[in-house]
Amino acid sequence: MKYIDEYRDGRLAKDIALQITAAANPAHSYHFMEFCGGHTHAISRYGLEDLLPSNVRMIHGPGCPVCVLPIGRIDAAIALAMRPEITLCTYGDLMRVPGSNGSSLLKAKAAGGDIRMVYSTLDALRIAEAEPDREVVFFAIGFETTTPPTALALRFAIDKGLRNFSIFCNHVLTPAAIQNILESPDVRKLGTVKIDGFIGPAHVSTVIGTEPYEFFAEEFQKPVVVAGFEPLDVIQAILMLVRQVNDGRHEVENQYIRAVTAFGNEKAQAEVANFFELRESFEWRGLGEVPYGALRLRPQYAIYDAEKRFGMVTPAAKDNPACECGAILRGVKKPADCKLFGTVCTPDTPMGSCMVSSEGACAAHWTYGRFREHAKAREAGRAVA
Amino acid sequence: MNVMMKTYRRKLDLKNGRVDLSHGAGGRAMGQLIEGIFHRAFDNEWLRAGNDQSAFTVPGGRMVMTTDGYVVSPLFFPGGNIGSLAVHGTINDIAMAGARPLYLSASFIIEEGFPLADLDRIAETMGAASREAGVPIITGDTKVVERGKADGVFISTAGVGMVPAGLDLRANAARPGDAVIVSGSIGDHGVAVMSKRENLEFDTDIVSDSAALHGLVAAMVEGGGQHIRLMRDPTRGGIAATLNEIANQSHIGFRIDEDAIPIKPEVAAACEFLGLDPLNVANEGKLVAVVAPEGKDRVFAAMRAHSLGGEAALIGHVVEDDNCFVQMATSFGGGRIVDWLSGEQLPRIC
Repeated sequence: MKYIDEYRDGRLAKDIALQITAAANPAHSYHFMEFCGGHTHAISRYGLEDLLPSNVRMIHGPGCPVCVLPIGRIDAAIALAMRPEITLCTYGDLMRVPGSNGSSLLKAKAAGGDIRMVYSTLDALRIAEAEPDREVVFFAIGFETTTPPTALALRFAIDKGLRNFSIFCNHVLTPAAIQNILESPDVRKLGTVKIDGFIGPAHVSTVIGTEPYEFFAEEFQKPVVVAGFEPLDVIQAILMLVRQVNDGRHEVENQYIRAVTAFGNEKAQAEVANFFELRESFEWRGLGEVPYGALRLRPQYAIYDAEKRFGMVTPAAKDNPACECGAILRGVKKPADCKLFGTVCTPDTPMGSCMVSSEGACAAHWTYGRFREHAKAREAGRAVA
Repeated sequence: MNVMMKTYRRKLDLKNGRVDLSHGAGGRAMGQLIEGIFHRAFDNEWLRAGNDQSAFTVPGGRMVMTTDGYVVSPLFFPGGNIGSLAVHGTINDIAMAGARPLYLSASFIIEEGFPLADLDRIAETMGAASREAGVPIITGDTKVVERGKADGVFISTAGVGMVPAGLDLRANAARPGDAVIVSGSIGDHGVAVMSKRENLEFDTDIVSDSAALHGLVAAMVEGGGQHIRLMRDPTRGGIAATLNEIANQSHIGFRIDEDAIPIKPEVAAACEFLGLDPLNVANEGKLVAVVAPEGKDRVFAAMRAHSLGGEAALIGHVVEDDNCFVQMATSFGGGRIVDWLSGEQLPRIC
């Protein structure tokens, strides 16, 4: 696969790993958080951890839009989908996300809700056009990457004069959440973890650019490297972070120069700004209320806003109290530290947000990496349940 | 009698006709559908006898029997359709015991309104697949359900076969040190089907690998049958599910090598684009064999010499592991688990 295999070259990876080992000061430990679940997935899937020296540790951040969607929003979507006039369209990986009392969109579909899996916002638009008697609601979710397609769907809906199409907006923002990890009140409650730098998601920066992280890097004196999702991208970003830490720098660097620029895609940003505005606060599952961490439709587009159009309410719902997602999302704990991990909470029966989507820290560790605990335990001569 | 039939029965309009409830009601229309489509397509001496069952003789020894339901969507895909799949899948389930398949049955549940032309095409493909495999469909059943109560056509096939003397393949037979061999490139069927799914159509040259594997199995048994511990066809869930099943049933682990697993570039590209892992994608013409180390070269050579095993690859070996993990050395130089799929494989949003 041209343009993909080049970024999965094992020999080159070993070479960069050697450079990391040579650069990393053995007297220090380095803790880097990859914010985005896409990076977590890449690290786990390619076994990147095995290539890093023991004093360079990766901390898996909260960056999976499916994981951070609170239970109440899922409950609200299910309640909407069970109304007879509604067709709810959504991306596939939302279907299994647990709501309250073991519910999910997949179960609501089996119970008779008209819930359809789509691959793009345009599919939802096509359904609205083809079935004018149905109220078609697109369950919009995702970071800055998936917001422009939602804006585009709204643009098309207006141009086509579609009156049976609306958006249930759950778009969230990356920089606000990264900031929240370091300064929210919960940090004091859960304890802090040493984070020496961040890997920022390249797909987000293709839209917003690298510039929005400048303030963050300066304010918190933490280096940020915006990186792609191929394993070589990630390992190169780690080398760049190690070098920044060694040099005492805290800059925003761009590893993904093949697509990311300082100011991003300004046309897409303008389209998003046209339709959306900041929410003062929005609950992130596992992180709690994140100030200015999400978007909603602007008042002039209220007719396309499913929350207003159908008087949707988001019921209060809490995660299992034994769930350690809050601490795991902030890197304070590792997935295997949670009592629920691998017992009642697995990808087949996810309890907490980190296990919900394949990109969540717990799901990635369960699916790709849990053999490591057993290997360590075997070496230490003890059994692991 | 022939004159009466010609006078009173409706002509089966294979071009524009559709299945209606009368085709499943047990009357003349049903007889006409069975005779005009299924008997014609499957033609053999047992069906021609016109009984509700078929008597057949079997040689002495251990028999195997299997049954499977086919509900694929879409019904037609590059490289086959639900009919060929229903023949190949059941033959392969028999063949994985090392057995020689002898006879098949076929049962159809058809949705009212289904085009006769499509049914005819499916039956023709089934008949051709069965003839090519040398495994006749000797009995069957037809039901028609109201519109909306099925998805076009569902097919169930059952089959019987005979196990060669001295061969006893069991799911719990894998032992540390055994070799793991896959008969060819993986994921072709799943990608071919997905390429024609509604809302997901994409251009690809990939065709389903759907094929009857009993010829390949016979060659393997002849080449080194006593060394084969077990075989599985990695259908739904792909080779990931197959290896995990075997690991749990044999209470062992696997170490496999990502670089050794044959995957066509087009399949890898489609999986990349869809966010899927080719190890989880279905196959319909491949097998995974676990072979004792002393016989692996003979079995491997026999596979390579057969047309359906020309791309066979040694992908790893069995290890002791109480956790029954399937571990893989990634092409990137790290390690990971290859796990079962959780639920259905669903596309990720980003």
